[in-house]
Amino acid sequence: MKWSEFFTSSVGKKLVMALSGLFLISFLVVHVGINACIYADIFDDSDNGEIFNKAAHFMGAYYVIRIIEVGLFVGFFIHIIQGYVLEVKNRAKRNIGYKVPMGSKGSRWYSKSMGLLGTLILLFLVIHISHFWVPSRVTHTLEPVNYGTPTEYHNLYARMYHTFQQGWVVIVYVLGCISLAWHLLHGFQAAFRTLGVSNTKYIALARGAGAAFSIIVPLLFALMPISMYFNWVDLN
Amino acid sequence: MEHYTMNLTLKVWRQKNSQDKGRFETYEVKNISSEMSFLEMFDVLNEQLIAEGKDPIAFDHDCREGICGMCSMYINGRPHGPWQHNTVCQLHMRAYKDGDTIVVEPWRAKAFPVIKDLVVDRSAFDRIIQAGGYISVNTGNAVDANAIPIEKEKADAAFAAAACIGCGACVAACKNSSAMLFLSAKVSHLALLPQGEPERKTRVLNMVAQMDKEGFGSCTFTEACEAVCPKGISVTNISRLNKEYLVAGLTEDKR
Repeated sequence: MKWSEFFTSSVGKKLVMALSGLFLISFLVVHVGINACIYADIFDDSDNGEIFNKAAHFMGAYYVIRIIEVGLFVGFFIHIIQGYVLEVKNRAKRNIGYKVPMGSKGSRWYSKSMGLLGTLILLFLVIHISHFWVPSRVTHTLEPVNYGTPTEYHNLYARMYHTFQQGWVVIVYVLGCISLAWHLLHGFQAAFRTLGVSNTKYIALARGAGAAFSIIVPLLFALMPISMYFNWVDLN
Repeated sequence: MEHYTMNLTLKVWRQKNSQDKGRFETYEVKNISSEMSFLEMFDVLNEQLIAEGKDPIAFDHDCREGICGMCSMYINGRPHGPWQHNTVCQLHMRAYKDGDTIVVEPWRAKAFPVIKDLVVDRSAFDRIIQAGGYISVNTGNAVDANAIPIEKEKADAAFAAAACIGCGACVAACKNSSAMLFLSAKVSHLALLPQGEPERKTRVLNMVAQMDKEGFGSCTFTEACEAVCPKGISVTNISRLNKEYLVAGLTEDKR
């Protein structure tokens, strides 16, 4: 079988979704890990984002990570485009709909709404990138800060703090995290089943780990704007 | 349960032929026994239509015992009606009460075009089976049935998959009109048994290729198929199909 046949078959297309999805999940682990450094301010009020700014600097200053970042954008692109192509093609397989639709009988609503949830995440992503990635990596409009060394860091922490003083931004971010949670709750376990995990013992494991991941990671993300808005994590 | 009779309003899809646009017609049926099957209720309605000089409603049926896979009505938003693990012919009118309105539609999928009224063309399934849903056996003396040892668990799982009657409810229920539950049952049935081993890889590749050619969608694991399957075929079979396909697709040479 040719590669082209393999990846364009209905199973191959789903494999692309599963692999790109799992790659993006691995990115979330790195992203949440680094961003969680802002919580250091809860335990040490004089931190003011020092640990976070240094970690963010590490992610932006070295070529190896910048090259991996290109891979990340490719991963997003593939997952989004393939997702929309599959959604449109799958919908077109039923040209006349039912008078009485099935609704969510027998399935969970979010498993049938991956296109919608993905779109909400995409809209959030556009706002999110314009808030932080663009000023940090493209326009370089972040104020500098140094911690008693010659190295100058972007004060991304200050940018976060000021951004999250606006109530509507906090609400948009929390909604983005909720969409992500539902999207992951289906996507995480479905990815493993697409990869051919048929042993029910491992399917149960993928479901359990997926549920835990879908709650913990979006919750940690959602708490970032919330804790800055309420000054649990602050700038002084 | 005590016997009772009921009067019902039926909204049924009528379509003269595959070219006709089709529309819903409303019918009243009276004195329907709670002991009747859903198809017997349709027989009563058709007798009524014939007596009135009208065209009776075309619908598929054969054994009326829940094992042939011919009946195929989408009733009030669910293939095969409201009962679990059930075909339309085994749906009985005690599922309804006097005065109910019931909407009856054909399976809806591009790969299952309507031939007439509630009858759809499911020959796509036959062509998928022809593409690889078999084992090749050379002629000669019949081999002793117990000559090949098979683990009980695998024999049971293969039997559970082989219970698929190919009715197409999975396709009718799926938001993607995917035939993956049907296909996975057929592939699993043979992949689990030693008799299926020689053609294992070509079978899954050819059957998936035929499924794609017939215009079915891909699986997104919503599990609606399993919920409506009259034989309770598990979606675990779809995971197994994916594994079979990935192994075969990644290891088979170009041809």
